Amino acid sequence: MLQILFKDIDAPGLNTLAVYRGRGGYEQSTRALDTPPEDVLHELQASGLRGRGGAGFAMGKKASFLPHGDMDKYLVCNADESEPGTFKDRELMQKTPHLLIEGIVIAAHAVGANHAFIYIRGEYDYVADILDAALTEAKAANLIGKLNLWVHRGAGAYICGEETALLDSLEGKRGNPRLKPPFPAVQGLYQGPTLINNVETLMNAPIILAMGGEEYAKIGTATSTGTKVVSVSGCVQKPGNYEIVLGTPSREIICGLAGGPPPGRTIKAWFPGGSSSPVLPGTDEMLDLPYDFDSIAKAGSMLGSGAIIVIDDSVSMVDVALKTAKFYRHESCGKCTPCREGTNWTVKMLERIHRGEGTPMDLDIIDSVCDQIIGNCLCVLGDAMAMPISSMVRGWRDEFEEHMERRRELAGLGVA
Amino acid sequence: MSSVRRFAHGSRVPGWDTAADLSKDPAGVPDPATTPVPDDLRARIEEFMARYPDRRSAAIPAMRAAQDKYGWLSPSAFEQVACVMRLTPGYLVAVATFYDMFETEPVGEHTIYVCTNISCSLRGGDAIYDEMLSAAGDDVSFNVRSFECLGACDIAPMASVNGTYVGPLETDDCRALVEDLRAGRDPLPDKQLARRAIAVTHWAQGGHPQPAVEPEPAQGPSAAADQPSEQPGVTPAPTSTPKAKPRARGDRPAKKRKK
Repeated sequence: MLQILFKDIDAPGLNTLAVYRGRGGYEQSTRALDTPPEDVLHELQASGLRGRGGAGFAMGKKASFLPHGDMDKYLVCNADESEPGTFKDRELMQKTPHLLIEGIVIAAHAVGANHAFIYIRGEYDYVADILDAALTEAKAANLIGKLNLWVHRGAGAYICGEETALLDSLEGKRGNPRLKPPFPAVQGLYQGPTLINNVETLMNAPIILAMGGEEYAKIGTATSTGTKVVSVSGCVQKPGNYEIVLGTPSREIICGLAGGPPPGRTIKAWFPGGSSSPVLPGTDEMLDLPYDFDSIAKAGSMLGSGAIIVIDDSVSMVDVALKTAKFYRHESCGKCTPCREGTNWTVKMLERIHRGEGTPMDLDIIDSVCDQIIGNCLCVLGDAMAMPISSMVRGWRDEFEEHMERRRELAGLGVA
Repeated sequence: MSSVRRFAHGSRVPGWDTAADLSKDPAGVPDPATTPVPDDLRARIEEFMARYPDRRSAAIPAMRAAQDKYGWLSPSAFEQVACVMRLTPGYLVAVATFYDMFETEPVGEHTIYVCTNISCSLRGGDAIYDEMLSAAGDDVSFNVRSFECLGACDIAPMASVNGTYVGPLETDDCRALVEDLRAGRDPLPDKQLARRAIAVTHWAQGGHPQPAVEPEPAQGPSAAADQPSEQPGVTPAPTSTPKAKPRARGDRPAKKRKK
């Protein structure tokens, strides 16, 4: 199994500058700083690297949208990893923080950014301490050039993982998303041009420069290049982060690397890309899907942040739906009505169904509420609830109806 | 899990029906002459402000510093931060109430976030939360909350104890954890995430936490990573009189929060 980001990640002291440099660390950023920015950008574009945070937008392309010129430009590393089921960035930052700093230095040079921030979620306090320590070392060794780089800790809000909400939060406001366009590349932090990338995306930059963009593009599939750290959790025997080459069959990840469901259990369903992605059934056809951006999208879901959550046949989909919906209700920032009200009413209907007081009509209403959320808000938080919930209600409708019947019988309410 | 947290007046919003005193002017930027700010807090906030092109960006770090110092964001804590940042307390309150980790009511000194999101609940996170609540009981020095995904589903079900991630938890662990905190010990050292290797190695070794083979980086220049208590924004493992008056931090009694 090809390992790039996870190569020797358990080496003792890899989070210290001495060990990291001993392994060739900061060679690429030092070289990049002496190279014209266009050449660095060209390599990043040639690699075909797609963003690892969720949207999967080509990283080099996004960087090329920033205007040229000698004005204040910003680079923000999105380390607000809050998508349920995702924990790859935490492990990467905890074990190899210098790789992130090197990636930031390279990306900042490519776009001409002079200020950079790592926005890390508040719960990852101990990881932020590790980053702070690494940053202090790198600054002392004069490795980040003139870049003004700081670690910024959030204070617990899922929505701040959304890029424009993150910018508002970083400006010291409530984390409300902004209307797009203008996109952050044109008007972002402090109204200036801003490049926002996920931790894993930026960590790939030194690797791309080391092997060359075109060489990197040979890994994986034509449209999903490189490797991906996949977080597998839920009903599997070995939950954890596994680095795979994009295009690896999903079954190999779930049943091979992560050990599959507990003995005697079968996979009922799985989220392929965090709890925001539509749920896929555990059929052979779906499990044989290559794990890459396009194949998963073709199957009606999305690769998202690369977090696979496995649900086995002992779990009720009604519970999963309710749990998922409650999370989004709590995290909705309240700015857009469809999301604020839609998530709330979806939870209320699911609770009713859960108690056995719902009717099959509630399922239709949920479906229609979800339809009306999608695409009608400033950001995709509402969609992130609507897509998995409607996929569960549609795909497992029988189970929801059975649940209602059973609860009614238990409560002595008779048949509807 | 109970549904939405509601207050006595039936609303989800705390204090919405607290009447504003219309005879008073809105609070302006606090006057430094009448707002004493401890030097250490002032120094930290000023250091944060210097990092950003716009000083307001330091609002969240500054309030975290104040919360670290006082245990919660009291009205006077808001005033102190506002005074140093030259902002109105109202601005800061508006920001603080958006974020889950800011406490605008007094809470116990030991913060335990139990993850009850999807991956943890698939492995019994809800039972852990219930057990943790009963283990903490009526002890007001504990602030047990059910929390959103904390990004450690590989050790599910898990909890964040004063910022330290522990897991996979079993129901028996909850009482041990609470006892550890009461006695001022490191909580469940064998189950701390920092001691865990990556998944591939971890499971190859049978899935048990390794005893100090690859501990948190202990030597070298980044030893600071080992001592979060020296870093901003971390509530250190309890070192001071854990059985002291639990109400030391607030003038109102601390209470457990359920979400």
